[in-house]
Amino acid sequence: MKLLVCISKAPDTTSKIAFTDGDTKFDENGVQYIVNPYDEWYALVRALELVEANGGTVTTITVGTAADDPTIRKALAIGANDAVRIDAEPKDAFFVAKQIAEYAKANEFDIVFTGKETINYNGAQLGGMIAEFLNQPYVSLAEKLDIAGNVATLDRMVAGGSEVIEVNTPFVLSAAKGMAEQRIPNMRGIMAARTKPLTVVPATEVSNLSEIVSYEMPAEKSACKYIEADNMDELVELLHNEAKVI
Amino acid sequence: MSVIVFVESKNGNVSKASFEAVSYGSKIGDVTAVTYGDVDATALGEFGAKKVLVHKGLSSANDQQATKLVVAAVEETGADTVIFSQDQIGKAIAPRVSAALNAGHASGAIELPKTDGDFIVKTNVFSGKAFANVKLNSDKKVISLLPNSFSPEKIGGSAEISEVSYDLGSAGITVKDFKSEGEGVPLPEAELVVSAGRGLKGPENWGMVEDLAATLGATTACSRPVADIGWRPHHEHVGQTGVAIRPNLYIAAGISGAIQHLAGVNGSKTIVVINTDSEAPFFKAADYGIVGDAFEVLPKLNEALKKFKAAQ
Repeated sequence: MKLLVCISKAPDTTSKIAFTDGDTKFDENGVQYIVNPYDEWYALVRALELVEANGGTVTTITVGTAADDPTIRKALAIGANDAVRIDAEPKDAFFVAKQIAEYAKANEFDIVFTGKETINYNGAQLGGMIAEFLNQPYVSLAEKLDIAGNVATLDRMVAGGSEVIEVNTPFVLSAAKGMAEQRIPNMRGIMAARTKPLTVVPATEVSNLSEIVSYEMPAEKSACKYIEADNMDELVELLHNEAKVI
Repeated sequence: MSVIVFVESKNGNVSKASFEAVSYGSKIGDVTAVTYGDVDATALGEFGAKKVLVHKGLSSANDQQATKLVVAAVEETGADTVIFSQDQIGKAIAPRVSAALNAGHASGAIELPKTDGDFIVKTNVFSGKAFANVKLNSDKKVISLLPNSFSPEKIGGSAEISEVSYDLGSAGITVKDFKSEGEGVPLPEAELVVSAGRGLKGPENWGMVEDLAATLGATTACSRPVADIGWRPHHEHVGQTGVAIRPNLYIAAGISGAIQHLAGVNGSKTIVVINTDSEAPFFKAADYGIVGDAFEVLPKLNEALKKFKAAQ
């Protein structure tokens, strides 16, 4: 089995969110980058489990600059066999998807894994775009994945529950919570990751369909109004007449 | 401008998120709603659709066939803008359509686009901790509207409904089964949510959360630790790595309000926090706070609400 896992870096979940350059750039000052949790905990770990059970290889792919290499090494430390970095500053999801699809087309994988979204852009776009470029089925928001031969069975989140999906390889998926459990890399993995192959590939030309022109922070919340625990009638009155939500 | 809106239905009824998308689209241009299967599409006109195209041959929104349906409708109508709700199905199809049309995609839109000169859409980023203004440069544009971020407006029109029979090819995926979470409103669509965390001490104490939710007609949710220990099902976990929600009212009992939890809920219009610890960080994000024991406060709040409902 030949599996490709898309890996993105994301600011640590406890990062303070701020912007610089007239609110046009994310302020990286003091920010620790991690592997985007959906890419790591669910997509990568499930891919590794499948290969451990059935044989095969797990390759990670990232569109980014040398600044992404520490995150890529972390994914290798968790157990991926090798890594590919498309050497470009990611412009938007379309740009990234096109790069990854070009690589996947040339190298033929059984499954392309993405996380359901990154925790910084929350776009949930990459998997669907890659699938369209590859003309393959896409299983979004997959919570469970098993495979027998070339038939995969997945659970995916839909409104009001989950669907059990059957699909033949090759296909693309986005991984949501439930697909696997987080793995902490051990010292052996970290040492091995240093020498695993990280291939840098030049980017292909893609036109710039979208761009973020500025960022904004939400308006400050007004101070919390405290209500006595014995006075729930007052809370109900406030929710009805002031907040107008009931 | 000519706008296509993809419309989802369940048991023949158009979803709430789709009404939001149609209403949103009607503020941008002339809306042609595109839907499929056995659906009662008459109400779409009331929310601003001029035309409705129904493909009866498609029974479930599998990603490849639904993409072909939307792309064919774009070709037929010459639409320049395509709107989806960023719900579970929208997440499966909108990116495909964007790739197929070579169209820039603004994902997680929370406001109407600004169209004076450039085409700029405000979107939710950093799990709700910030917004990004996304400029779409392409001729064709795709917007995925975050559920519960745009109030649908009934304008009382009527839409001309016609059937289409585009060739949609075959479906790559087969739906074998559906596992229901229950009858309630799914969390991403819920307007009222009652949520609880480790402060409730054990799954056996969730009765009072469910009672309150039942009185309100709310959906229940929980914090990550509670889902991780298995006290509550995973689909109830709201927060940065769970479900992100934007209800009108979010009531949180026994949740301290870690930054990862806040990220998933701070789009809520009104937040009520119940916690014994007056220093709990959640109070900083709350509109109304009760410093007290959830075991006492939740039943009292439930009683007060019952009294209020009875008087209505």
